[in-house]
Amino acid sequence: MAMCIALAMILSYVESQIPSPGIPGVKLGLANLVVVFALYRLGWKEAAGISLLRVFLVSLLFGHAASLAYSASGAALSLVGMILLKKWDKLSCVAVSVIGGVLHNAGQILMAWALMGANVVWYLPVLILSGTIAGVAIGVVSAILVKRIKL
Amino acid sequence: MKRLFANKKLLADLCVILALLLLAGGLALALRLGREAGGQAVVRVDGRVTERHSLAENGVYPLNGGSNILVIENGEAFLREANCPDLLCVKQGRIRYNGQTITCLPNRLTVTVEGGESNGVDFTVG
Repeated sequence: MAMCIALAMILSYVESQIPSPGIPGVKLGLANLVVVFALYRLGWKEAAGISLLRVFLVSLLFGHAASLAYSASGAALSLVGMILLKKWDKLSCVAVSVIGGVLHNAGQILMAWALMGANVVWYLPVLILSGTIAGVAIGVVSAILVKRIKL
Repeated sequence: MKRLFANKKLLADLCVILALLLLAGGLALALRLGREAGGQAVVRVDGRVTERHSLAENGVYPLNGGSNILVIENGEAFLREANCPDLLCVKQGRIRYNGQTITCLPNRLTVTVEGGESNGVDFTVG
């Protein structure tokens, strides 16, 4: 589990070095790979621990004060959604990861709305779309990992 | 060759993805149809309004003690400069329709286009 946290942190860092495509909030969510993997291979408590600890540590190391609130709300919402969907057991981990990605963005938007009262509706379509695409990518890779790596 | 996904779940997955894409498309369409050109750029720091500038007049305004520079040009507002390293607010481009917002997270600053009536009386001073 500690290894997963370390891996998630490294992936977060690697991702922060990839230039953003110009729209804030649009990113691949590489660290979600580890969370989805942990959710399927280790269990939901471990996945939650990894995700929340990662957010906290990464904000501490690479982020600024405000980024913790955004990341944490996104990660928490995304986690709850993915855990519930996994329990429901009607979807494969691709769709679970997609919902996770979209919810992560939704959580951040909600936090922006709560903190700044910004009119964020304009952002929703872009972030739903990007969350879906990133979620598919991460989900497919996670599906392969879950299948191949036996603990 | 093993299948990665059970077929039943693959179908459900595709439905979820399709539903989300439709939702994004529908929202984008609804926002586009419902938009109207706004009258003024409203600047907020920490959620409180600090400045309003009419979109009808061109101008350059340093915001928030100079942390960001707002430019109004041809009925459009955009941030030309900012003191943050990523310059995401500058990359957000130009806004002209009601409700459109430029957000600068590091400086907790937003610029929103509001109000259809562009000659806000509370701003003709002198």
